[in-house]
Amino acid sequence: MNNSGSPQGSGIKKIRTMDIVNKGLAKRYKRERRFRRYGLTAIILSLMFLSFLFISIFANGYSAFQQTAIQLEIFLDPQEIDKENLASANYLGLVRTSLKKTFPDVKQRRDKRKLYNIVSSGASYILQDFVARNRHEIGNTIKIWVPADDDVDMLMKGHIRRDVPESERRMNDMQLAWVDHLIEKGQVKKEFNTTFFTAGDSREPELAGIWGAVCGSFYTLLVTLALSFPIGVAAAVYLEEFAPTNRWTDIIEVNINNLAAVPSIVFGLLGLAVFLNFFGLPRSAPLVGGLVLTLMTLPTIIIASRAALKSVPPSIREAALGVGASKTQMVTHHVLPLALPGMLTGTIIGMAQALGETAPLLMIGMVAFIVDIPGGFTDPSTVLPVQIFLWADSPERAFLERTSAAIMVLLCFLVTMNAVAVFLRKKFERRW
Amino acid sequence: MKKLIVTLTALAAVVTLGLSNVHAGSSRDYISIVGSSTVYPFATVVAEQFGKTTSFKTPKIESTGSGGGHKLFGAGVGVQHPDITNSSRRIKASELEKAMKNGVSDIVEVKIGYDGIVVANSKKSAAFKLSRKDLFLALAKDVPAGNVAGKLQPNPYKTWKDVNPALPNVKIEVLGPPPTSGTRDAFVELAMEGGAKKFKWIKDLKKKDKKAYKALCHTVREDGAYIEAGENDNLIVQKLEANPNALGIFGFSFLDQNTDKIQGSFIDGVQPTFEAIADGSYPVSRPLFFYVKKAHVNTIPGMKEYLAEFTSEKAWGDEGYLTDKGLIPMPADERKMFQDNVKNLKPLTMADLK
Repeated sequence: MNNSGSPQGSGIKKIRTMDIVNKGLAKRYKRERRFRRYGLTAIILSLMFLSFLFISIFANGYSAFQQTAIQLEIFLDPQEIDKENLASANYLGLVRTSLKKTFPDVKQRRDKRKLYNIVSSGASYILQDFVARNRHEIGNTIKIWVPADDDVDMLMKGHIRRDVPESERRMNDMQLAWVDHLIEKGQVKKEFNTTFFTAGDSREPELAGIWGAVCGSFYTLLVTLALSFPIGVAAAVYLEEFAPTNRWTDIIEVNINNLAAVPSIVFGLLGLAVFLNFFGLPRSAPLVGGLVLTLMTLPTIIIASRAALKSVPPSIREAALGVGASKTQMVTHHVLPLALPGMLTGTIIGMAQALGETAPLLMIGMVAFIVDIPGGFTDPSTVLPVQIFLWADSPERAFLERTSAAIMVLLCFLVTMNAVAVFLRKKFERRW
Repeated sequence: MKKLIVTLTALAAVVTLGLSNVHAGSSRDYISIVGSSTVYPFATVVAEQFGKTTSFKTPKIESTGSGGGHKLFGAGVGVQHPDITNSSRRIKASELEKAMKNGVSDIVEVKIGYDGIVVANSKKSAAFKLSRKDLFLALAKDVPAGNVAGKLQPNPYKTWKDVNPALPNVKIEVLGPPPTSGTRDAFVELAMEGGAKKFKWIKDLKKKDKKAYKALCHTVREDGAYIEAGENDNLIVQKLEANPNALGIFGFSFLDQNTDKIQGSFIDGVQPTFEAIADGSYPVSRPLFFYVKKAHVNTIPGMKEYLAEFTSEKAWGDEGYLTDKGLIPMPADERKMFQDNVKNLKPLTMADLK
């Protein structure tokens, strides 16, 4: 072992290869571990981003599921409310009289305005509703919970700080004192925010809800599904099973793949030019939204469906043809049922994409303020992601938490749809 | 699986049926409004109030921007075109001309009030005391070089102190809206052009070469000192909170909602408050408008009532519900004038725009 540099015999040479291997082994193990660690870091990093996203949305949004309500004692003055014509009564006046009665020392006009502002402007509609349902209560004094103004709501949730100087606060000291008085008497409570799930859009955060947008999304996706699934499957079946392979089908195939990569705003422009300007369909309608999103999801569905058809083994086709089935029978009786789970998975993922889309809808007028819940395919409506976009741009601070809450609802829908896709694949997928 | 296919085919049939229905019944029972995103928060409040207190459907309001609104509005008469467009600036002569060519001959102009544009920063640092001249020098692409009339240089100023020795030694960093925004149009027109006019030779340039004058006053620097922060003003407010040295440009209502986080800079010695904008002493404020298609007033249900609601004292008056949302009301006599215009549906003429 003490000879240095001189040529060695063959026996020693064998030892040397082992030596090299052994010497390098630690390094190779290390490299292996490092490689694995890179992968793990990548996963941890992406999980961290994801959880950061979820946590920040959840932290901002969870409080929107609660809404502060204020209890008012209202005397349903029979002289104010005409039993024959309930709608003509001045319900706002009744709400204000009740507030004045609770705080009799408020005399000045300016202060009175501040006082009226602690309950939502929606209080009068709630009262009107109540009276319409309980006509026998006219003439009695009732206790009714009405939503608080968004500023009071923000105060109760701690988003308006009490310790900053009065001039920098949305609510002045007097208003704080009134709210505190009501809290002491137990006339303020936080309740589950049902309005958020049942109402349409509103400019008052405490009256705004996502139901209008959910309905709009539903109609839009229904149109998209009804059009894109049959068309997509038919196109895939033809291309895969019947079409001859020539230059034309090649061009079609390349173009379908290209369409899948076209930015979605382009489909919006196309929709504006074709459906609105040429066919004269109404603006802001789920029908047009659905048509545009159909264009967008078609390539996704065709590609997924073709992949599903390709995975059906040729032996099935040959067997069907062998026992005398026609080509149409082979497709409809054997190939299509076997490929359908894969097609459905692709469709659901395409639908989930369409559900989250805003850009193409911008061009066809679905980015709009719509209060009434849409009841059909041609009613003006908006969709969930657009509602999020509109709320994110509103100055009122209470819309911030509602934006996050709406994102949570949208994410729930997306996760559900993707879970259904995974479930279908697991349940019906057959391996050959 | 067969059932599924049958169901889907049936659905497709329903949709096609729906399509043909649209063509049959070509009337509209709701008001369609488009236009400025600045007027949007006010118009929506009125629309909601209108929808809840009357038997009519709530109007549909799209936020398309002032320019986009005029384009849709002036495209023609008929139910497929909007009835009203909101605008954060007056209609341009070219837009009116185009509308008239398309058959929209009678348009009623309604001014609804004022909106202040504020330059604000975080409460963590001191309020800026700016002049319009400072804003022009800090944000224009080219600024006058030395005292020689007519000589320009690319904007050399890096800090506010460079612009005006009385200002703090802080890097110029202004977050503002992109060129598509009406707020940006109004800011360059009112603040920067107002500041540029303080140079006598620039003021004289207006008569000699209007194009060069406009290019000089309205071009914002692009070297990173002015940061285009998108149309979302909430985002600008959040960024200001995170960066105490930056200034932001947005509408007054966002300052009004966030007075605990940000403060408005003094401009020419006046801080943007409700009162200062209302009495006209705050220099950077602009009127807001909406325009009504007269031909639609009698064909679309609820138009008259919507106009009456918008122009009522309880909406746009000194203590109306629009002021709660940050609209600065017009003086009483101006309100009266526009109210009469709406009642008589007095159309706008080309001569009015001159």
